[in-house]
Amino acid sequence: MSHGHVERAGAGHGSFKTYLIGFVLSVILTVIPFGLLMFPNELTHSTILATILVFAVVQILVHLVYFLHMNTSSEQRWNVTAFIFTVLILAIVVVGSLWVMFHLNHNMMRH
Amino acid sequence: MSSQTLHTQHAHADEHEHHHDAGATKIFGFWIYLMTDLILFATLFATYAVLSHSFAGGPTGKDIFELDYVLGETFLLLFSSITYGFAMIAQHKGNKQAVLNWLAVTFLLGLGFIVMEINEFQHLIHEGFGPDRSAFLSAFFTLVGTHGLHVTCGLIWMAVLMAQISRKGLTDTNNTRLMCLSLFWHFLDIVWICVFTIVYLMGVM
Repeated sequence: MSHGHVERAGAGHGSFKTYLIGFVLSVILTVIPFGLLMFPNELTHSTILATILVFAVVQILVHLVYFLHMNTSSEQRWNVTAFIFTVLILAIVVVGSLWVMFHLNHNMMRH
Repeated sequence: MSSQTLHTQHAHADEHEHHHDAGATKIFGFWIYLMTDLILFATLFATYAVLSHSFAGGPTGKDIFELDYVLGETFLLLFSSITYGFAMIAQHKGNKQAVLNWLAVTFLLGLGFIVMEINEFQHLIHEGFGPDRSAFLSAFFTLVGTHGLHVTCGLIWMAVLMAQISRKGLTDTNNTRLMCLSLFWHFLDIVWICVFTIVYLMGVM
């Protein structure tokens, strides 16, 4: 089977169609958040903030699936496991830093 | 006789499988590297998030970021992602010339991105808004500069890989390298999504 070669366990490979789907979705998910901030509109601050964050997360998922070809197949299991673990560390680092520094600033201002 | 042939074939298959596994292991190892790189970026993002309002009387994101310019940079990277994808499709088909052509297009798009970023940095420093102006700008230059440095390394790697492919062709070794650079390149585009959302879009809000 010619499917093998080097891509099997390290990462999958895509077709012209999957790359194109990923690209079109990415363009849409990029243009809308930029448009929300570049053109005046009626939306509130928090609505815009929530929208651009959701669009960023969705676009990251689109890139992971259509460009990095992550999936739930057994060949990808260790890639996905490593990725999920990294996201956990990443969340601890980012949320932890913000939480600690927010409280630090808060307490410093009071005294 | 026939059992001898069978045996040889079997040995050959084993060898192929062995080589194949070596390539796959390298790619998985590279993936692990990318995950550690992600943690590096996470610490820089955390630093930026903490310092993003420490303007020290200097400019805010709203004053210095030009979204249409950033949108241009974003599209250069996005286009370079899909052209790299086309290079990988050509590699899968074994079409060496198409791989080289798509890599060249990807290289130019990546170079365009870097030139735009250097131009933006130079413009800011010229205005007196360099990394020494405020904690916000220090964090901004560190985060965006680190991403730019990664893209620059990717471009150097791509140039070297193009030379290797044009000389030796699509060998197993070169295919493994192409796959690793593919992961690296798409990974940098993912980091850029976080950069334009958290730094630029949230910066002008």
